[in-house]
Amino acid sequence: MSGARAFVEALSQEGVETLFGVTGGAVLPICDELWGSDLRFVMARHEQGAAHMADGFARVSGRVGVCLATSGPGATNLVTGIATANIDSSPVVAFTGQVPLSVLGTDAFQEVDIIGITASATKYNIQVRRPGEIPHAVRSAFHIASTGRQGAVLVDLPKDTQIDSEDMEFPEDVSFRGYEVRLEPNPRELDWAATLLSKARRPVIMAGGGVVASNASPELIRLAEMLVAPVATSLMGKGAIPGDHPLFAGLCGMHGTGEANLLVSDADVLLVLGARMSDRTTARLEDFSPAAKVIHVDIDRSEIDKNVETVTRVIGDARLALKGILERLSMMSLDRSTNGEWLKKMERFREEYTPPELSGNPHLRAPAVMKALRRALPRDALVTTEVGQNQMWAALYFDAYAPRTFLSSGGLGTMGWGFPAAIGAKAARPDLPVVDIAGDGSFGMTENNLATCVEEDLPVVVVVLNNRVLGMVAQWQRLFYDRRYMAVELGESPDFVKLAEAYGAVGVRPETLEEFERVVGKAVSDNMTTVIDVMIDPEENVFPMVPPGKGLRDILVEA
Amino acid sequence: MAKMSTIAILVENRPGVLFNVANMFRRRSYNIESISVGPVENTELARMTVSVEADSRELNQIVEQLDKMVDVIKVKRLDPMRSIMREMLLVKLDTGDPMAREETLRHVNARHGLILHIDPECIVAEVTGEPEEIDEFIELTRPIGIEELSRTGITALEKGRLKL
Repeated sequence: MSGARAFVEALSQEGVETLFGVTGGAVLPICDELWGSDLRFVMARHEQGAAHMADGFARVSGRVGVCLATSGPGATNLVTGIATANIDSSPVVAFTGQVPLSVLGTDAFQEVDIIGITASATKYNIQVRRPGEIPHAVRSAFHIASTGRQGAVLVDLPKDTQIDSEDMEFPEDVSFRGYEVRLEPNPRELDWAATLLSKARRPVIMAGGGVVASNASPELIRLAEMLVAPVATSLMGKGAIPGDHPLFAGLCGMHGTGEANLLVSDADVLLVLGARMSDRTTARLEDFSPAAKVIHVDIDRSEIDKNVETVTRVIGDARLALKGILERLSMMSLDRSTNGEWLKKMERFREEYTPPELSGNPHLRAPAVMKALRRALPRDALVTTEVGQNQMWAALYFDAYAPRTFLSSGGLGTMGWGFPAAIGAKAARPDLPVVDIAGDGSFGMTENNLATCVEEDLPVVVVVLNNRVLGMVAQWQRLFYDRRYMAVELGESPDFVKLAEAYGAVGVRPETLEEFERVVGKAVSDNMTTVIDVMIDPEENVFPMVPPGKGLRDILVEA
Repeated sequence: MAKMSTIAILVENRPGVLFNVANMFRRRSYNIESISVGPVENTELARMTVSVEADSRELNQIVEQLDKMVDVIKVKRLDPMRSIMREMLLVKLDTGDPMAREETLRHVNARHGLILHIDPECIVAEVTGEPEEIDEFIELTRPIGIEELSRTGITALEKGRLKL
């Protein structure tokens, strides 16, 4: 059997139905095998888009997303997408063509050392050296990408290993001496965590992407209710608890809500669930939750004490850890006499730190647009964001009601991610409406995938919060650089309505919130790729905000 | 406080693994002071000995980051009191002058080193010892005139029945 044939067979064995990619010379043998196969090949218009599509597919479905690119520039174009998926622990497997082994290392046409280039942007990578290695490489890639702390894996396939034939063995299981996945937490660690929580007077739960990845939302909600503990989330944890749950405090961090940031700052016990505690979440580390005993639950041991020092840790799957903690707490007597006071504080913080409404401004305001979008969409709609102001407005003002319905590039902050990720999400769930909350700058980075939406019948809605400026950088220049706007003004080009029409999509520019809601409703019910161009004020800032270098208590709510 | 530590790492003996290990140090801004690698009794595996300057928190991160790499099988920081740490030095000394030659032989013999090559111009010697002893030897022979030298970096084993 040829390597290319074995490759397609191995993908089928993994249950892959869809792959996202761009073809090219070094993957011709694979494409020839895909011809006539049951696998759906979604053609992106740029490899970065293909990787983001696979990522969006993975985050929505919980299954491995697959992308394919040719060697050289095809492979390097994937890198941003691979790095984005990996830092956000999204299970993505990327396949790249490579020049034949006979010329490997000679700087042949379209040769690039993609193994070297992606070494620190993947969880693992493999270069195949013989056709017979392909089934094992594919199985290994899926295994490593989808287990433990999930991530991106790249498999590099020299062209002759695709063409040549060898006897093939398709392994059921693969194992690595150096890769053991421990899901089950240590009972002693669970005892300590439960004991600390049982004594907490001002408990706060910080839920991260690990809660979503381990499908632990029901357990998270049960624990929060049992402890009467407010839940803050990192960006990756958004949706882990419904946005309208009374114990939901909101996002914590640089653009966290007042109540989340202040509750975390005042907590006496902080339970961190599957979160990396990055600088954007903690703000100034020295001021982070100074009084709290921190319990950190994570499947990746290297995250413990990396940024925030912990009192106790639980290594393992977040869902299993939560189950273990719940079991223990249910046998303890919990004193909740002070919890009412604690929750009142949440209300007070919320009132104090709600940014004032701007009056007398003719533009639509982004927070109001986010709330109108929420009203116009069903509860289970899928939403992606781009990066920058649009992302933070979405995180703050668009409620997510379920895990895997709000997707964002958290760690890498990749502009241009949301739109192709939305296409991948649509491929995973064609039954649900998918909306990309975009800025004009971000959308410009991957807008060419409109062709993919239209041609592949993957209709998504793009809401462009259009301020004619790279808004987040402009906000920093406005607040911290004395309004010296440098390299942020985008001008009037393009006209997004005409752009959409040029691709055969629908473009609309609503003038009022009512019109906006109507347009969203129509785009969803027509199931048509629609770009909704919403003109907002270029001077509008995202608040609340913790200025860079400050602690979580230093919250700005207006300029 | 940052101090020199030695880490032993058991890895898959496969192309690219050394690169990945070294790459982790580079990417997270840890500076490798020395590294030595070779296959072990089971030739599918290789053992690396890395010395690195780091404080205890950094050292913890280094160990955890190494440990989670797929091709890394075991990682251990070695306790200097319970480990044997050795390094080998090859040094070429300018011994055109008979006095220099005599002095060279004296130092090498005092360290139980070996004379590997002699010609009218220079001597190539081998000395093994703890890294500090090698430093000291280099300082002692510097006045003679070092043409060039090469150190292997530390290799280490734990004492008694302790194992990686």
